[in-house]
Amino acid sequence: MITLENIKKTYNKGTITAVKNISFAVNNGEIFGLIGPDGAGKTSLFRILTTLLLADEGRATVNGFDVVKQFREIRNCVGYMPGRFSLYQDLTIEENLSFFATVFGTTIRENYNLIKDIYQQIEPFKDRRAGKLSGGMKQKLALCCALIHKPDVLFLDEPTTGVDVVSRKEFWEMLKRLKAQGITILVSTPYMDEAKLCDRIGLIQKGEILSIDTPANIVGSFPEKLFAIKSSNTYQLLHDVRDFPDTASCFAFGDALHVTFKDQSDKDISEYLCAKGHTDLVIESIAPGIEDCFIHLLKN
Amino acid sequence: MDAVIKTEKLTKRFGNFIAANELTFEVGKGEIFGFLGANGAGKTTAMRMLCGLLAPSSGKASIAGFDIYTQTEKIKRNIGYMSQKFSLYDNLTVSENIRFYGGIYGMTRKDIKTKTQSLLEVLQLQNEAKTLVSELPLGWKQKLSFLVSIVHDPEIVFLDEPTGGVDPVTRRQFWDLIYYAANKGVTVFVTTHYMDEAEYCNRVSIMVDGVIAALDSPANLKKNYGHENMEDVFYELARKAKRQGD
Repeated sequence: MITLENIKKTYNKGTITAVKNISFAVNNGEIFGLIGPDGAGKTSLFRILTTLLLADEGRATVNGFDVVKQFREIRNCVGYMPGRFSLYQDLTIEENLSFFATVFGTTIRENYNLIKDIYQQIEPFKDRRAGKLSGGMKQKLALCCALIHKPDVLFLDEPTTGVDVVSRKEFWEMLKRLKAQGITILVSTPYMDEAKLCDRIGLIQKGEILSIDTPANIVGSFPEKLFAIKSSNTYQLLHDVRDFPDTASCFAFGDALHVTFKDQSDKDISEYLCAKGHTDLVIESIAPGIEDCFIHLLKN
Repeated sequence: MDAVIKTEKLTKRFGNFIAANELTFEVGKGEIFGFLGANGAGKTTAMRMLCGLLAPSSGKASIAGFDIYTQTEKIKRNIGYMSQKFSLYDNLTVSENIRFYGGIYGMTRKDIKTKTQSLLEVLQLQNEAKTLVSELPLGWKQKLSFLVSIVHDPEIVFLDEPTGGVDPVTRRQFWDLIYYAANKGVTVFVTTHYMDEAEYCNRVSIMVDGVIAALDSPANLKKNYGHENMEDVFYELARKAKRQGD
């Protein structure tokens, strides 16, 4: 379990605010996602919770331990995978893993169970130096090293950034299996589509939490009627819909536009777009996704 | 189609390893071409060859009408390149960065001056002309970085994962700029891990283990593979990959 109460962090003698008065809690055995862009304050929160950075104000605990007074206890019971690859480049896969096991007073064999699924995928290359590994392999090794002492809480700072769709899916499968073993996971990501894989999420922007809830509830609280509009010329459509007087918001989502209207109704838009010469027009009412909610919260 | 990129069996080997295997494709003028692939599929190698930075092992290619073996310097003058790591100078101002890159590409002072005005207007950064780049938010840096890469009106601009790490609104604003450039006739060659962005391209290629496994418009790819979205198309093709990571 993780708690934060009114955590604030500034840099450069208070001129840059990274985290403004953030409070929330992560329950035991939960996958909690911090979703937000670069500069939102995600990494500062991770570093405060892993006792690597002191907050200016506020209190936080991890597994019942205070992040300031009991930092030693916390360091023994958490695993941390920073956003930047931080293993020893000139040690091999196996040497890195055994180094981290030794530091935490354990052995690879003792907790092999926990990492087996992941480690087997990189084991054929165990004599290769970490600096020579591909991005996907580095990511798997870093996760093994963060798990080797069987932590109660796992902190993963943007583990899937720059990783392709296939590896990202595999990675989330691994997280589900770790959760099943009772590990609490705090994970951050800039990919909105990964939000739905978390039990609860916090949408974060400019050091503030915009919303915290289950993905289903966040989507359910979207206050407007949302429509998807498609035509054979998406770019022209984007301009035309934006120019339509009754349009409240209009954003491209893949091959469709997601649109809200000032009076919550799609009346007249079809006629207007036909008059503009659009063909293969499809206008339908749709349920919003997390990204729609995030965009909505950003606007307000 | 008026092809500005034309390759025929373009191949790059590193020892026994074939990073890019007989790539044959064309990209038309003003087209937005999405160049997708899993980590390690060979995208970066292919891009480096197309930019004239890496000599192919075999095959043919012409970029903006110039030969990829013998005219690499001419290629470099006629393309723009933006990578996910910014090439802007943090301790120069916005307008100094534009001036610097204009100078590198041999533009006259007069051209640089008018170009600076118009780029600042497109970005709506007129008030920030004298701001140090280090003080700009990430989203603005990305947009500036893109416009700097087309300051010399290149035929083609190569964008290597340009939209990583920004919020969803900024990411979409970036695509507005891509469309702006394409409408002006600049060919856009872009890689991304966001599959919704693949939908914004006119055509998309998907590389798997060094070969182009599929190439078509997003609509046709979805139809031919029987999927609702590009993510599922990509997943079906890329999960067959045997190579490990990049």
